[in-house]
Amino acid sequence: MANEKTKAFLAWLDARLPVIAFWESQLTRYYVPKNFNLLYFFGSLALLVLVNQILTGIFLAMHYKPDALLAFDSVEYIMRDVQWGWLLRYMHSVGASMFFIVIYLHMFRGIFYGSFKQPRELLWLFGMVIFLLLMAEAFMGYLLPWGQMSYWGAQVIISLFGAIPVIGEDLATWIRGDFVVADATLNRFFALHVIAVPLAILMLVVLHLAALRTVGSGNPDGIDIKKLKDASGIPLDGIPFHPYYTVKDLVAVGIFLFLFAFMVFYHPEGGGYFLEAPNFEPANPLKTPEHIQPVWYFTPFYSILRAIPSKLGGVLAMGLSIVLLFFLPWLDRCPVRSVRYRGYEFKIALALFVVSFIGLGILGGKPVTPDNTFWARVFSLGYFGFFLLMPWYSQREVTLPLPERLRAPVLPLEEREGWFWQTLARLWRSIQASEAYRSTCVWMEATWQRIQAWLCLQLQRLWIQINQRLSASDKYQSLRAWLKTVRGKQE
Amino acid sequence: MKKIMAFLALILVALSAPGQASESAGLSPVELDVFDLAAVRRGATVYANYCSGCHSLSRIRYSRIQKDLNLTETDMRNEFMLGDVRIHDTLKSALSPVDGESMFGVAPPDLSLIARSRGVDWVYAYLKGFYADPSRPLGVNNIVAENIAMPNVFWGLQGIQEPIRSQVHGESVVTGLKLVKPGSQTVTAFDQTVRDLLTFLAYVAEPAQLQRLPLGKYVLFFLLVLTVVFYRLKKEYWKELH
Repeated sequence: MANEKTKAFLAWLDARLPVIAFWESQLTRYYVPKNFNLLYFFGSLALLVLVNQILTGIFLAMHYKPDALLAFDSVEYIMRDVQWGWLLRYMHSVGASMFFIVIYLHMFRGIFYGSFKQPRELLWLFGMVIFLLLMAEAFMGYLLPWGQMSYWGAQVIISLFGAIPVIGEDLATWIRGDFVVADATLNRFFALHVIAVPLAILMLVVLHLAALRTVGSGNPDGIDIKKLKDASGIPLDGIPFHPYYTVKDLVAVGIFLFLFAFMVFYHPEGGGYFLEAPNFEPANPLKTPEHIQPVWYFTPFYSILRAIPSKLGGVLAMGLSIVLLFFLPWLDRCPVRSVRYRGYEFKIALALFVVSFIGLGILGGKPVTPDNTFWARVFSLGYFGFFLLMPWYSQREVTLPLPERLRAPVLPLEEREGWFWQTLARLWRSIQASEAYRSTCVWMEATWQRIQAWLCLQLQRLWIQINQRLSASDKYQSLRAWLKTVRGKQE
Repeated sequence: MKKIMAFLALILVALSAPGQASESAGLSPVELDVFDLAAVRRGATVYANYCSGCHSLSRIRYSRIQKDLNLTETDMRNEFMLGDVRIHDTLKSALSPVDGESMFGVAPPDLSLIARSRGVDWVYAYLKGFYADPSRPLGVNNIVAENIAMPNVFWGLQGIQEPIRSQVHGESVVTGLKLVKPGSQTVTAFDQTVRDLLTFLAYVAEPAQLQRLPLGKYVLFFLLVLTVVFYRLKKEYWKELH
């Protein structure tokens, strides 16, 4: 009966809105490669963090005051007097850092498995615009607590626009709305942070997903699953996104939320990286802090800025470091997408790029010394070399033959080609043959058993404690007595 | 499943290791326990007697302290609420910023967040770092904050310290301190006084931590169970694929 009613309602709705068609095209009949691995979780996780930021942001905006005289106090008011305000604030501030971790890994996946290549160039470009907007969003959001680092970070970054010839100074003043970062800046950043940029991000996420549904997801093998289809036109290696990947992504969501909650409840300051110590001091335009540094997720780009001796040169290099990412689909001349079948040139270049990016990130949070500047320059060369030399090295790559069908999500060691993996496989085999390995295995198995036994014991103890407390309470006893009488009456 | 458990355990260990590491080099880390409510209470008394004359704690109310420390209003009146204040007032100092500036050259800062902006390690080293220096207007200088305008309010408890100077790169630098005239408290008793005060300041910097930290384990336990359920669900669905 209820089922028929639901059906009737759905039919009524579907006649007026393409609900079923949308559900099918986006989820149940959207066929996805079946061999996604760990790196493919970060797209849906990014969506999760975006929702977290929007929801917590709405509630924070209800209590926050975008006024230079009140902003700092209103954040502390949220932390102290608003019910669960501390939780909302920490979820938002830890969420911001988590957003960048997730997005950087998502972008790395794109480069690693060649997801940016034909036919997914537009998908990559939409993603890059989202990344750019996300940086703007994070930068403007960081001003809102109106602490020392908020204030001076914004002061430094906005003054960078002043390096642009002719219009620079006027442009910087226009952005600030004043000659220094002041109330006007705070007000406009608040407006942009809560309305303009999130709205633009949401619209671009829709475009990003629409483009993804049009071309289909890539995969760790970088081959086209639409080439081989069965009689009914379904890709042989494809599985419907729902329910298979919705349930698989839920596992990733569980693990992610666990780590997220761990940071929120036990390390909300992220060891001084998520919330910086000087930001617990109200903004003071007359007192410059010892070290001005951006939050950790901007440090790679900040490092590039400082590595160049001239201000204008630094600003241009920093701009270029982000612009180059947009051109990736056209810089890469190798027809093979996945790193699995690409030549050693790309693998080495990518490894150097990752080292450079992390190196720049670490240096960007440290004070300027001759040594640090030297290394920042070396890593900057590594960063730019990856992009600028790409047309050259990607063309001369000797690639491996592509498989017909999808392979494992993570290739077993024995199936990997190239001397590096072969040597590793040989080494692994010799370790497995050794006595020490076998005894370690036995020990680990025993330890695991012991941990399980301990956990069971703890649960038992907890259960006994709960029972004891319950039986000691009068309310519980009276409830049991009452239940007995009720049951007696029924019989 | 084993792999996931092992992975989570590894990450937990990796994350908790560098957690509370001291930022500034050269300061010895000080261990405090904000859940030691007796220490917070003693620290609040020290604060009321030695700090509140000049410094405000404008971001916390007497009522919040009363609630968090499980005290009665009479306790509050006897120990911390000096002068004509009401229970919902914030801990404002009687010294106005203007007067403070005219007396010390700089208005004494609000200390509500000092434990987070400077870090407890720094405040600990600072409070114990005063030494006699006749060249300064108040007769004292500080080893971690040179030429600070603040007097050593604890000189009666701590006694008087003299600097130990050494030559570093041809310059005379204060490298250590020695107690030349003992105060009314022994060295260990004074150390405890400073620790109590810091415990109080660490509590004031984030009163919500008394709520946040005990709650964490339940949230994590729930998410762990949820993840296991999700994992079982995934296994169930993917079974039919292979």
